[in-house]
Amino acid sequence: MSNTIVLKKGLNIPINGEAALETMKTIAPDVVAVKPTDFKGFSPRLLVKEGDRVLAGSPVLADKQNPDILLASPVSGTVQEIVRGEKRKLLAVLVKADGAAEAVDFGVKDPSAMDADGVRNALLKSGLWPSIIQRPYGIIANPAVTPKAVFVSAFSTAPLAADAEFVFKDEVDAIQAGITAVSKIAKVHVCVRSESSIFSKLQNATIHLVDAKKHPAGNVGVQISHISPIKKGETVWTLSLLSLAAIGKFFTQGRLVLERKVAVTGPGALKTGYVDALPGTPVCALEGCFDKEVETRFISGDVLSGESIGKDGYLGFFDNQLTLIKEGREREWFGWAKPFRFNQFSSSMAYFSWLKPKKKYDMDTNTHGGVRAFVCSDVYGKVLPMDIFPVYLIKACLAGDIDKMEQFGIYEVLPEDLALCEFVDPSKIDIQAILSDGIDLMIKEMA
Amino acid sequence: MEENTVKPGLFEKGGKLGWLHSTWDAFDTFLRVPATVTSKGSHVRDSIDIKRVMIIVVLALVPAALFGMWNVGYQHDLAMHDLPGFWNQFWWGLWKVIPLYLVAYIVGLGIEFAGAQIKGEEVNEGYLVSGMLIPLIVPVDVPLWMLALAVAFAVIFGKEVFGGTGMNFLNPALLCRAFLFFSYPSSMSGSQVWIARRCGADAITGATPLSYMSEGQGALDAISGAGYNFWNMFAGTVPGSVGETSVIAILIGAFILLWTGVASWKVMASSVAGALFVGWLGTAFGVTDVPAYYQLVMGGFAFGTVFMATDPVTSAQTECGKWIYGFLIGALCITVRLFNPGYAEGMMLAILLMNTFAPLIDHCVTSSATKRRAKKVYVA
Repeated sequence: MSNTIVLKKGLNIPINGEAALETMKTIAPDVVAVKPTDFKGFSPRLLVKEGDRVLAGSPVLADKQNPDILLASPVSGTVQEIVRGEKRKLLAVLVKADGAAEAVDFGVKDPSAMDADGVRNALLKSGLWPSIIQRPYGIIANPAVTPKAVFVSAFSTAPLAADAEFVFKDEVDAIQAGITAVSKIAKVHVCVRSESSIFSKLQNATIHLVDAKKHPAGNVGVQISHISPIKKGETVWTLSLLSLAAIGKFFTQGRLVLERKVAVTGPGALKTGYVDALPGTPVCALEGCFDKEVETRFISGDVLSGESIGKDGYLGFFDNQLTLIKEGREREWFGWAKPFRFNQFSSSMAYFSWLKPKKKYDMDTNTHGGVRAFVCSDVYGKVLPMDIFPVYLIKACLAGDIDKMEQFGIYEVLPEDLALCEFVDPSKIDIQAILSDGIDLMIKEMA
Repeated sequence: MEENTVKPGLFEKGGKLGWLHSTWDAFDTFLRVPATVTSKGSHVRDSIDIKRVMIIVVLALVPAALFGMWNVGYQHDLAMHDLPGFWNQFWWGLWKVIPLYLVAYIVGLGIEFAGAQIKGEEVNEGYLVSGMLIPLIVPVDVPLWMLALAVAFAVIFGKEVFGGTGMNFLNPALLCRAFLFFSYPSSMSGSQVWIARRCGADAITGATPLSYMSEGQGALDAISGAGYNFWNMFAGTVPGSVGETSVIAILIGAFILLWTGVASWKVMASSVAGALFVGWLGTAFGVTDVPAYYQLVMGGFAFGTVFMATDPVTSAQTECGKWIYGFLIGALCITVRLFNPGYAEGMMLAILLMNTFAPLIDHCVTSSATKRRAKKVYVA
């Protein structure tokens, strides 16, 4: 492969609870949630009311700014409840599944015979448009904008992430159809981890080989910055393999199919493995996989950037991983002063984790220290294989200085790209939250 | 231990002793890891925290401190011949140095705690290191009231006014020394101050090797005439500030700092390079006849390079900037030694000056990197 990207920096977090490569069960949930909060930049308008009957693929929500962008129900059933939070913010639409698996028929289409507008309109109708993420800022894509390129990461390096080669082994054709469709709109770049990957033969896309062993090499943001960094005024789209598979199936089967293999992972899981489930599947459907007596955090996604959804929560739209970890409320005596803490992981040489490079740890949610100002300056760059100055960017975000944020690369990063900086930070600063606020400020100011 | 038997709530905000919250919190988290769990962003965190970083630096300073204590006694014995034996010398030195530590920590931590209390914040650990450093970089006989005043100045105007550890731009320990040096020069320089006396005894002359640098071409002869050579300066059995004399002890500390990654090897390496370069220029152009490598073991160069220049807060923050910053520290320090007969120790001023310039260096590095990136053309 001619396009090889070599990335040395990064860190693999040695956390226990990797999913065993077997499918444990298929979850047919009673209730499925459609969560507008999974989509940044989507302001929801309700298209249904409680008691309405919907099919898989029926639109439930539309975007207020752009009414063509729809969110659809993944199952057939009746709308059970509209969940609202503070200030009546719409949090979720709960659909009670009827088990009939009836779907809206959109008609089978051959994406290779379609033009850009045809693909665009089909995706808008399907309810799959919001699965396209637009950078800068990581918001739902604007249908009126043609992006510079579309980027796809065909592997994940996040802690305990679902193994793409296992999860998508029967879906390469669907992903190919998805890529063919999207390539009508803009050029597609796919990053694979090895030449033997099941994705390395994909057509209608430029394949890049990423030669890296550590996280965050699998983050699409990191890959973009090495293929074609986003400059001011430019727009790119990113798509996950999950979204591409759904788009492909939408064209080849003519209906909305969101079933996916979800990895159940983490040291808090009694049993790890894969389950077949839908986005919006409630966590409680995983009964038996966790200990109810232990205070557990349920994370939709990985431990670095996933969302804590609670025991009553629902799997996020973009996630095919659930991570279960213990809440770390225990207070360790003389923690920082102990010479050895063999059960605590540290990437720094200030502890002795380096003595056991293969050891996996039962990590919990303890911060292991109080919040301080930035003190160390070189720990962040070591885990970030991007040509930016992370501390300067974060300080610019804190100061709300638009010019400096631009200068230090706000267009290129999403919080997930700096998640490792947050993990290794001895000052325990919430880097992702600060960056997220900075991005929100940019959206507001640049609008 | 007492603190933890106290019913929580008493010290919490709104509690009876709520005004002591920061103090209680400092002792509480000193003993036990706080129970705070992650609320935003990454759900798991590395087990390192600032307390650990600071304790590593303190640990790295221990060899220099212990050696310094013995050397205080040893130098006294050399002058007065009344302290035979290693342990006699060590104990005598220990009792000389302990009051410096008491003053440095009581005054400094007192101000830190009060500051945190007023601001309602957690107490920062940074002063654990500053307090460890300060007694090591002053002459052992410095009057305690002067030290107390200098510590108060350094902590208040060097750190607290900027917002505490992490926000300061000057190294507080060096600022303390600079305050003493400019306010009370007679207690800080010359050849009278480097050897501890007994109460009432006359001043003993004990010129440091550095004070012969002003001899220019005859400096090497003057240094060896006074009984100093490379190896005893390397070992540290010469007069000087408490902790700065033994390069061996400092190298042990340097090893700890570099192995743990707490200090930047780039700053250390480039500082040595800068010193050797200017030292070589000095001999090549006949300014002095002291070989460049002598500069590395004389005075406070090694101590400053390992423990002061590498302060992560006040040094340059960018990796490229660290090379420039370190090199200029080494170069400036030796330049002062070569051309300033009045005060030959240039390390303190070199580091403080470069502390001031570190943000400028970083600014140049970051803006040139941004410009370079903007010029690149990518084809998607």
